[in-house]
Amino acid sequence: MPQAVTICAAAENVKFYDPDIQETLIFSPVGAIDSPEKSLKRLLLTMTTSNVINLKTGLAEMLKGGVIMDVVTADQAKVAEDAGAVAVMALERVPSDIRAAGGVARMSPPELVQKIMETVSIPVMAKCRIGHFAEAQILEAIGVDYIDESEVLTPADDEYHINKHDFKVPFVCGAKNLGEALRRIGEGAALMRTKGEPGTGNIVEAVRHLRAMNTAMRRVQLMDDSELMTEAKNLGAPYELVKMIKRDGKLPVPNFAAGGIATPADAALCMQLGAETVFVGSGIFKSEDPKTFAKAIVKATAHFNDPKMVLEASKGLGIAMTGIEISKIDAPMLMANRGW
Amino acid sequence: MSRKPIVGVLALQGCVDRHAPHIEAAGGVFRAVKTAEQINAVDAYILPGGESTTMLKLIDTFGLWDVLAGNFSAKPVWGICAGSILMAENVWVDENKTKTQKSFGLMPVEIVRNGYGRQLDSHVGVIDGYNVSFIRAPVVTGVADTVQVLAEEGGIPVWLKFGKHRLSTFHAELTMDHPSPMHREFISGI
Repeated sequence: MPQAVTICAAAENVKFYDPDIQETLIFSPVGAIDSPEKSLKRLLLTMTTSNVINLKTGLAEMLKGGVIMDVVTADQAKVAEDAGAVAVMALERVPSDIRAAGGVARMSPPELVQKIMETVSIPVMAKCRIGHFAEAQILEAIGVDYIDESEVLTPADDEYHINKHDFKVPFVCGAKNLGEALRRIGEGAALMRTKGEPGTGNIVEAVRHLRAMNTAMRRVQLMDDSELMTEAKNLGAPYELVKMIKRDGKLPVPNFAAGGIATPADAALCMQLGAETVFVGSGIFKSEDPKTFAKAIVKATAHFNDPKMVLEASKGLGIAMTGIEISKIDAPMLMANRGW
Repeated sequence: MSRKPIVGVLALQGCVDRHAPHIEAAGGVFRAVKTAEQINAVDAYILPGGESTTMLKLIDTFGLWDVLAGNFSAKPVWGICAGSILMAENVWVDENKTKTQKSFGLMPVEIVRNGYGRQLDSHVGVIDGYNVSFIRAPVVTGVADTVQVLAEEGGIPVWLKFGKHRLSTFHAELTMDHPSPMHREFISGI
């Protein structure tokens, strides 16, 4: 009997047997430099303890079934917390305003993030630019609970993302397909979300990304083991993670939806398509009545698969944020295309 | 109990499904519960990790307070992290103990939310030889004589028993050896 080595995990029951470890050593580019033990640990999301889901993904597990809201002031953060948000994303401007303002969008001023952290007791997330590890270092020094390496801000590196294993604070990243998600997880993201098309109030891109992910995972599950390496090559994804997809049929970290969610029904749609929590950006504070909208989306998310409850949540809301047709957006402002 | 006990994990928000393999391995039946009907139909409860403020809002929004309180007075409850905050008699939102938070008051203990600090202070500990996770965990700052302290970590009570109820400020469900000793202990007592 091969000896079972329990590695972690972000995935359930991740047990690697000797043959798999051998494969890891042969094929993993990380294994070529590191010790076998370190190689496996790095590959599987900077594990700290042998059989425990790492603490970074652990926090994401706690945020499941909830709504994470973009806020630009301490007052908005309070509104979000009072409405039942599981966390807030501290920003200088919501995506629709970033879109309207144009120019370079950067990390929020530290004082703003700190003020929001002092105001609410729920976790506070903040965004840094893709590849901007110095911004991420600042956010870690502030002590935020999660960093979003986000395409909503103007990318700082047009080739590489941050090596998220280097950080103690967990990262969430966006993806529009399976390959992209697995690359980010390989770099150390502890939580994934769809990119959608932020600041549009248009759910079509988030739906596209959720469906693309689901289809690609079902495809991998039907594959013969001998096909997985080529699939990994085609996806541009780490082979070990592709093998985990075949075994589990789901990402090894939670997957949330983001980008264009504007109504309780949008939230219910994403949840039914497999998202485990929703991020709502401009959808709340660009609506006519943010307090009511915030509560309604929280309500709909908790009972996403009960149409009667979603119906109740959808009543008496006033006007939702104004939406934008994706084809009307200039190519450089298509945020979903940012990231590599 | 002659049949397998049914354990309802309150599923309004938070870390629910991770309990399923632990509960099943400990000889129980896992059930995610979020409506009054579902809540009434189980033998014991786990109040899971998540955000206590969110859970409180949803309990109010969906009018579940009385249903839960009624069941909790008759059946065993295990509150974990956010769930332990819902259970404790005295809840402080901040370290300086200026702001309180509503709770079911099922166990005479005092607890401070996020008492260890933020996510960067989250850590793994070992309780009863089993790895457990403290994630933005609360700190128990006071315990009545009637409460039995089953385990401490660094001099802080983290695993408590009061009559049929249990309270833990850590997560055992994020560890992949099923069942955890805590799930075993809780379910064997139902």
